[in-house]
Amino acid sequence: MIYEAVNTEALPKTVYLDNNATTRIDPKVLETMLPFLSDYYGNPSSIHQLGATVGHAMAKAREQVQMLLGAEHATEVVFTSCATEATATAIMSAVEAMPERKEIITSVVEHPATLQLCQHLERKGYKVHWIGVDNKGRLDIDAFRQALSEQVAVVSIMWANNETGTLFPVEMLAKLAKSVGAQMHVDAVQVAGKYPINVQHTDIDMMSISGHKFHAPKGIGALYLRRGTRFRPLLRGGHQERGRRAGTENAASIIGLGMAAEIAYHVMAGENARQSMLRDRLEQGLLARIPSCFVTGNPQQRVANTTNIAFEYIEGEALLLMLNQVGVACSSGSACTSGSLEPSHVMKAMNIPFTAAHGTLRFSLSRFTTDDDIDAVLNELPAIVARLRMLSPYWDNDTNTGSAEMFAPAYA
Amino acid sequence: MWDYSEKVKQHFFNPKNAKLVSDANARGDVGSISCGDALSLSLKVNPDTEIIEDAGFQTFGCGSAIASSSALTEIIIGKTLDDALKVTNQEIADFLDGLPPEKMHCSVMGMEALHAAVANYRGEVMEDDHEEGELICKCFAIDDLMIKRVVKANGLQSIEEVVNYTKAGGACTSCHEKIEWVLDEALAETAEAGIDVAAVARANQKVAAVPQPIAATAKPKMAVVSETSDPEHAKRLALIEQVIDEVRPAVQADGGDIQLVDVEDHLVFVSMSGNCSGCGLSGLTLANLEIKISDALGETVTVFPLQPSSEDAEKKEATYDL
Repeated sequence: MIYEAVNTEALPKTVYLDNNATTRIDPKVLETMLPFLSDYYGNPSSIHQLGATVGHAMAKAREQVQMLLGAEHATEVVFTSCATEATATAIMSAVEAMPERKEIITSVVEHPATLQLCQHLERKGYKVHWIGVDNKGRLDIDAFRQALSEQVAVVSIMWANNETGTLFPVEMLAKLAKSVGAQMHVDAVQVAGKYPINVQHTDIDMMSISGHKFHAPKGIGALYLRRGTRFRPLLRGGHQERGRRAGTENAASIIGLGMAAEIAYHVMAGENARQSMLRDRLEQGLLARIPSCFVTGNPQQRVANTTNIAFEYIEGEALLLMLNQVGVACSSGSACTSGSLEPSHVMKAMNIPFTAAHGTLRFSLSRFTTDDDIDAVLNELPAIVARLRMLSPYWDNDTNTGSAEMFAPAYA
Repeated sequence: MWDYSEKVKQHFFNPKNAKLVSDANARGDVGSISCGDALSLSLKVNPDTEIIEDAGFQTFGCGSAIASSSALTEIIIGKTLDDALKVTNQEIADFLDGLPPEKMHCSVMGMEALHAAVANYRGEVMEDDHEEGELICKCFAIDDLMIKRVVKANGLQSIEEVVNYTKAGGACTSCHEKIEWVLDEALAETAEAGIDVAAVARANQKVAAVPQPIAATAKPKMAVVSETSDPEHAKRLALIEQVIDEVRPAVQADGGDIQLVDVEDHLVFVSMSGNCSGCGLSGLTLANLEIKISDALGETVTVFPLQPSSEDAEKKEATYDL
């Protein structure tokens, strides 16, 4: 044995509520993929039958993704290795295709794939307009309008925020971007497969999606590229994806992505209703059971599967470790989970009270989430919060309330 | 997920002494809620023997912050105040079978709380030199503020110099891009303040040049000591030498070595060689040395590592010419 097999029996049953991080592969998706990892190993570019079989299956996958996105043509779908690649392709293409335009508009709450690329371009001399959000995570539309000009090469905005699920009005923003001739890129990673998209009836030029957020495997994404959009490839050196993304295709994963897209398309309406009901039960249940906590982001405008709750006077990593101990998996915007010393840029941008900035938990559901999963969190979390607050110098155990004033060290 | 040791998990899930000592006569409060960690340490000190009879903590923070607090109380109960003050953050980390580099600040917080509590008991005011910047080099746990301080103090201008002076980026090199940004920022700040970087560098040439004699002579420290005519300075040097002599056996046990090179005001320059060069843990050794020297002198000093004395290092030294 070269490597040790993972002992799956050692893994306890997990209540998995971290689906915005990644999802499990749907068994039907896996079943569709497997033959392309064994018998059908041909290169889709080859003339022979073995290659052509793979090519045909990929063509079908492209149509399935087209359907999920509501694109006019299947050829508008370019498969990439991940959404980060799709986003980098889109933004770099726009600035290269319009070299005379030296400005970019984006928001302060984007995924690092956008954020750090724009910071990189800023250091290279581009002017980046960083649009802020209010305390509910809503985009400052006035600032957005003011930033628009004929100097802007590309507007890149996320459709839904990965931490809070808050939706941005990207269709309206795309219309505004078009009015000044800028290209519009939308990071749709957290909406694809969760929220109806009909991209052909919008002014969106480019859109990034990621397979593993909706039950396809990791390592596969796609860029929607509207026909007629001026484009420059990021990866050169091959005719694949019509020269728009060179490199031999990840055929099995593309075929898996296609199947995942088709399933998501068909179950979406029912799943949105079911998941938002589960999500609301979780949210309301926690708010009722635990003092000094609140929902972050904009509950009126968000995807159905996400809730982000901030717990005051305790720290997120400690919460995650204790939840993990009882088999609950979720995530936190706490600084300590990432190794940086700053809490999540999204929480900072919303300026949520500093008493809670380090104690946020994100629960994200999927179609595999059950009623029992929600019950498990409702049963376990209140005691965990109480236990950590008992340790906290900011919490008064006699009155069961917290305060930042009651503990003010002389030495920060 | 962090790779915490079993000991860390044990002290997080079942912390010891998580309480406010009811008849405490010393208290040390450090941290803040907006920084993400805070610790309140309460001690019951026997006024006759100065022995810590009981200790309790309340901590707001992550798993390793809670575990470090628990470990701290376990270490200091039964010790005299003077002995407790000798506990370094490394000892707290060792007690927990190690902490990830990004989490070492949790053990530092424990040590600071202890110092604050002892100062409180003795009616003293502790000097607060706590500052925390963005962690740049994860291998050596060096933040941007430290890099900027060293860049400005020594008139550094290239990334190689930053690596040589601070060790930041000296191991895995993945942070070199970030170091360049910090360097650019620091140079822009010095330019704004109207400081002549070249002049600073010239003033520091004595320091920068010292590693070369190390390569040539077996006992380089003699060269520095013999220059001293000021008896106060000689006394400081002797104290620092004494501390370094104390830690040397441990360093040598790991196949490395450490030598005093020079002392300028609050800067202590040492040279590390052998296995120390490129070792991810030498940053911790230096942090400990810094604490011990500071304690011995009764003032806060900063310990800077200089070039290891190899031929390769001398080649790098040649690039220092401005």
